[in-house]
Amino acid sequence: MSALLVKTCGPMTSLQDAGRIGAGRSGISRSGAMDGLSLAEANALVGNPPDIGAIELMLVGGTFEIVGGPARIALAGARMALTVDGAPVAPSTSCTAPEGATITIGGASEGIYAYLAVAGGFDVAPQLGSVSLQPRAGIGGLDGRPFRAGDRIPLRSAEDPAGPEHDLPPWRPDADPIRVVLGPQDDLFPPDAVEAFLGNTYTVSEEADRMGYRLAGQPIEHLRGFNIVSDGLVAGSVQVPGSGLPIVMMSDHQTTGGYPKIATVISVDRARLAQRRVGTAVRFAAVPVAEAHAILRAQRAAIAALPSQLRVVHSGLPSVEEMLALNLAGEAKDALAEG
Amino acid sequence: MTQPPPPPRILPSGDTGLTVEFGEEIDPALNARVLELDRAAAALPGIVETIPTYRSLLVRYDPALVSYDDLGAQLVDLARDLKGEDRAGTIWDIPVCYGGEYGIDLEATAATHDLTPDELVRRHMAPTYRVYMLGFLPGFAYLGGLDPSIATSRRVSPRLQTPAGTISIGGIQALVASLAAPSGWHLLGRTPVRNFMPTREPAVIIQPGDGVRFRRIDEADFIRLDREAEAGQLVAEAVS
Repeated sequence: MSALLVKTCGPMTSLQDAGRIGAGRSGISRSGAMDGLSLAEANALVGNPPDIGAIELMLVGGTFEIVGGPARIALAGARMALTVDGAPVAPSTSCTAPEGATITIGGASEGIYAYLAVAGGFDVAPQLGSVSLQPRAGIGGLDGRPFRAGDRIPLRSAEDPAGPEHDLPPWRPDADPIRVVLGPQDDLFPPDAVEAFLGNTYTVSEEADRMGYRLAGQPIEHLRGFNIVSDGLVAGSVQVPGSGLPIVMMSDHQTTGGYPKIATVISVDRARLAQRRVGTAVRFAAVPVAEAHAILRAQRAAIAALPSQLRVVHSGLPSVEEMLALNLAGEAKDALAEG
Repeated sequence: MTQPPPPPRILPSGDTGLTVEFGEEIDPALNARVLELDRAAAALPGIVETIPTYRSLLVRYDPALVSYDDLGAQLVDLARDLKGEDRAGTIWDIPVCYGGEYGIDLEATAATHDLTPDELVRRHMAPTYRVYMLGFLPGFAYLGGLDPSIATSRRVSPRLQTPAGTISIGGIQALVASLAAPSGWHLLGRTPVRNFMPTREPAVIIQPGDGVRFRRIDEADFIRLDREAEAGQLVAEAVS
């Protein structure tokens, strides 16, 4: 039975898919990939459905070994240098690793989260409907914990990878505003505080992880205190605690909270925020619900179209023409993502 | 004559969520309406998941299947037709070892109210609490019905870690915590009951709308029941 052996990895290396649906009512958050688009790209590159489980690497790379047979792999998302048996693989490009191959992934030079997908996916049993690790609940992944050296992650497919390798335009950082839908509790802030929230430039603080991103910058005021009777949170909820500095809930967020929520980051832009490092600027822009829906529709269409966007890779390195096409395709993809 | 309750507010929670807000307070009748709408909404198309809380229902939906406006209108319609029927929930008997290392704040909390620790425990055990919601972390049960004479405002600085099974109070709320977690509440005791155990079926026992009673046990009982709970037994008893 083929498997991926973990030789070394960072402390926050985990299995993540699209997340867990239906357990929120029991206090179990959805979890899932911090950057769902990059997960979909890694999966598309190896011929998988867009949202099956892949290995999420955070900032730190790792060393892995393919055992029990060859496997087609791909790495997408944050820029991390990938080599297979010492040979470099271009970003967002699939590669067939022979049995016994060592996969080395360097630390991220840009962005935070990258996804290592394997053709056919990992043979890990879902818990409560998902393989995503939820470390607080101790569910998902292997034994409900992050990966560590010595782990053996079984692969679902034992078939020899056939056909050519493919690539996609690699992930690129951006500095555009993070779009939000105002509410559900924007009326618990004075109008000038909502304006300030949309006008301020925040930065990602040191306290940013899979649970939430605390932002640093100018505090904003509440209308009548900062305690509310707890209600539900979604990934993207922007809570404003007593400090007046926003906290954006991310994949592993708690399911309920007692601070007013001034706005909610739209689904598509949560992945963009997730990739912003400590100290990076964050500005917000409000969009109506209908526009947020149009943006989501466009991204779903773009993800559905990923298999048709794959380009065949003929040799180890892309040609000048391919590099040019890659840039053009990158712009086209961004245009789509912005609806 | 009681007036019909006002319609709930429909508020956006991003592009795939909306909040049906019935009010802003902790009230059993209001919470019963939240839970009744939760049951009724299960039949609506386009709903992905619902999360009932003290005073609102969070609805996650797929905008490809239903628009925000249509779903909001359907939920308001459903809310108008609620009969005000509370679910006949299970009443759970929860064993608790109070004080000492199991409830490190018991003595100080009792002193705050000029009570002996035993009297504070008696008042904590007296009511049958209502489970308003499960939230924050897996299986955390938020209770209402605390005797107002022992309501205690939260600690100024929260503890970064409190043990699994912690029984605590914060303001007029009471909590059964299932996992180790940060907390600004006052720790009165611990229960061996694990309200979240992913390897057990069902993973979560106590549900919103259920009732909870506390029963005092000693350390020897705690140690014995904790071992049974670790092996997957409920150790909480359904008394009705």
